[in-house]
Amino acid sequence: MNKQPKAVALISGGLDSMLAVKVLQAQGVHVEGINFYTGFCVEGHTHAIRKSSQKKEKRNNALWVAEQLGIKLHIIDVIEEYKEVLTNPKHGYGANLNPCLDCKSFMVKKAREWMDENGFDFIFTGEVIGQRPMSQRKETMPIVAKQCGSDERLLRPLCAKLLPETLPEREGWVDREKLLAFNGRSRKPQIALAAQFGFDEYAQPAGGCCFLTDEAYSVKLGDLWRQRGSKNYDLDDIMLLKVGRHIRPRDHFKVIIGREEGENNFMNGYRKQFTHMHATSHNGPLALIDGNVSSEDLELAAQIVARFTQGRDTDSVQIEVNEKDNETPFTLDVVPLRNDDIPKEWYL
Amino acid sequence: MATHTLDARRLLCPMPVIRAQNRIKTLAKGDILEVTCTDPGAKNDLPTWCRINGHEVIEIETKDDDIIIKIAVGEA
Ligand code: SF4
Repeated sequence: MNKQPKAVALISGGLDSMLAVKVLQAQGVHVEGINFYTGFCVEGHTHAIRKSSQKKEKRNNALWVAEQLGIKLHIIDVIEEYKEVLTNPKHGYGANLNPCLDCKSFMVKKAREWMDENGFDFIFTGEVIGQRPMSQRKETMPIVAKQCGSDERLLRPLCAKLLPETLPEREGWVDREKLLAFNGRSRKPQIALAAQFGFDEYAQPAGGCCFLTDEAYSVKLGDLWRQRGSKNYDLDDIMLLKVGRHIRPRDHFKVIIGREEGENNFMNGYRKQFTHMHATSHNGPLALIDGNVSSEDLELAAQIVARFTQGRDTDSVQIEVNEKDNETPFTLDVVPLRNDDIPKEWYL
Repeated sequence: MATHTLDARRLLCPMPVIRAQNRIKTLAKGDILEVTCTDPGAKNDLPTWCRINGHEVIEIETKDDDIIIKIAVGEA
């Protein structure tokens, strides 16, 4: 090949993909980045939602990284296709509801499609052998490569020397000798290389790149699936799992209560889709009711919601209820539940 | 050189960026795309995306809860 080789990098926003890009750029490879949006990614969401952190600068790490590296970044919406990966992972879940191995295969497969469509030569990632418990073991790496039919065109510059030779190396598009042999959980080699490249600021991802590695989030998602009797979900469902307190007092419904103004505003956007309630006699949050409820259930929900208003220690809080599909609201006068009356198990 | 609009209200980042990116693919150099969004994150993310992909943000305007970002489409 006489022309400049073109490679597409899976960009997560962390340091490792930054380093991998630099290593290949140093060899004269033309690099562009690709980033997949599953709906579960830890992006600006929680910041955008929560008022208290609105002052802080919000940024999308993948975009930021691409800018530091001077590469184009293509963000791909895979929300629909990802459902099959998450609800039916061949290799199961990690510690929480994270299907990392299937997820990686899926992303490499999608990157491969993009590569073919856009006339690129190979794909690469910032993976390091042995770094993450499940998807980055030496024996699982070939699984990822094979499953997506990309083993020949999938390069991992940070640990390539420990893996079988790939097409880009054989063809001389990259020099194997100048690739690396990082291995294991220690971050020291990465940090040293970052210093060498002059990176002084980078995101250190804690755990994983998405909400599915978060225990509290996975509990809420598992609850949603159990209650529905199926693993179906849509984007609104998984967004709402990121906000509010989720309390399930009965099997057939749960109450989502805003924790602060930003969350209330965000949830307000969903009020037409849900029966919802808020206090009129005291300051308090907005609550959405998820499930089909009887008038008895509404009374209980109102008592729970009253507990989170400024009238929590009084004997009477007025709660305005807006039923889904009913234009006319009505008011319930309830005694707030005391803290002890809300069993811990109700909190998701 | 036409002006186009894109309603990305209520979408959270990175969805406004993805919608703008997919729309811009169908536009010609010099066209203007006006993206209306509500996620304040878009005020950072869209300009960053434009900078790295060769487009230019020419104006950011805030109207009530709406943020309107005007983009001049660059070379593909
Ligand atoms: S942490 Fe999430 S996004 Fe990252 S590989 Fe695992 S499932 Fe996929």
